[in-house]
Amino acid sequence: MTMSLGPYASFIVTSYAAAALVVAILIGWVMLDHRSQTQRLRELEQRGITRRSGRSATDPR
Amino acid sequence: MTLIDLANPTRFLALTARVLPWLAAATIILLTIGLYQAALAPDDYQQGATVKIMFIHVPNAWLSMFVWGVMSIASLGTLVWRHPLADVAAKAAAPIGAAFTFLALLTGSLWGRPMWGTYWEWDARLTSVLILFLMYLGLMALWRAVDDPSRAARAAAVLTLVGAINLPIIKFSVDWWNTLHQPASVMRMGGSALDKSFLIPLLVMAVAFTLLFVTLHLAAMRNEILRRRVRSLQMMQASRIAFSSEVAVGSREDNASKEAGAA
Repeated sequence: MTMSLGPYASFIVTSYAAAALVVAILIGWVMLDHRSQTQRLRELEQRGITRRSGRSATDPR
Repeated sequence: MTLIDLANPTRFLALTARVLPWLAAATIILLTIGLYQAALAPDDYQQGATVKIMFIHVPNAWLSMFVWGVMSIASLGTLVWRHPLADVAAKAAAPIGAAFTFLALLTGSLWGRPMWGTYWEWDARLTSVLILFLMYLGLMALWRAVDDPSRAARAAAVLTLVGAINLPIIKFSVDWWNTLHQPASVMRMGGSALDKSFLIPLLVMAVAFTLLFVTLHLAAMRNEILRRRVRSLQMMQASRIAFSSEVAVGSREDNASKEAGAA
């Protein structure tokens, strides 16, 4: 089954492509930010800077 | 688990670690179903195939206002109840809300060109959504401009609550003014004006995008909590360095005075 988008196909395809791109950027931003913060916390802990509780700052428990 | 239980960031992190994979899976499944249904939806008798743009434009337009609503409730949490995670929630939601508002403006513009004959018209609905987008950007700039998160939180909360005035203006702009934008066709008195073949994919896409927001928001809140832990550990490190250098200077001065006394 083929989908016909008619004479305005470029507008429809651009809309979906833009939505996919923006959602991909949001997901990438969240994932890279998580990696960056976790990395910085590990570096600080390796230098002996720990939380008062003594638990790892990256530990969700 | 109550809201008070979630006031503990560590408990919140544990919850997000458990919930995020399920939310992400549910989002992917619903988005796939929604996109499939959108692809199979028939052409509209007036709009033709451009009606397919509505399946992403409308959910993003709804979310642009919904996210500001979430931020407004979080701002009340900051100012009234002083919930420790309220400003984390507000700050984390702003970039996601800005992205959804940008998509609503862009896809609306791409729909408007073939249907209205113009990409942009300075009418009440379009202009009020553009103002909402600029307010999102302003709020993000404010968060970045103030170093201390608690000071930034109070200023951002006030700005968010003032900006919430724009939400009813956006919603009712099509009723209050004579605009190019069509009036509400889904949420209106007397039920939806849409045929089921359009309404079902639209609602599935709306739920899918809402789940996407919830997933991204929880993940961004988790990141913000970790960022604040980094900040507090860095401050702890800085104070340790300052203390040890003060001790070193103090002991050098003591030695110098002892040596001077001995001489």
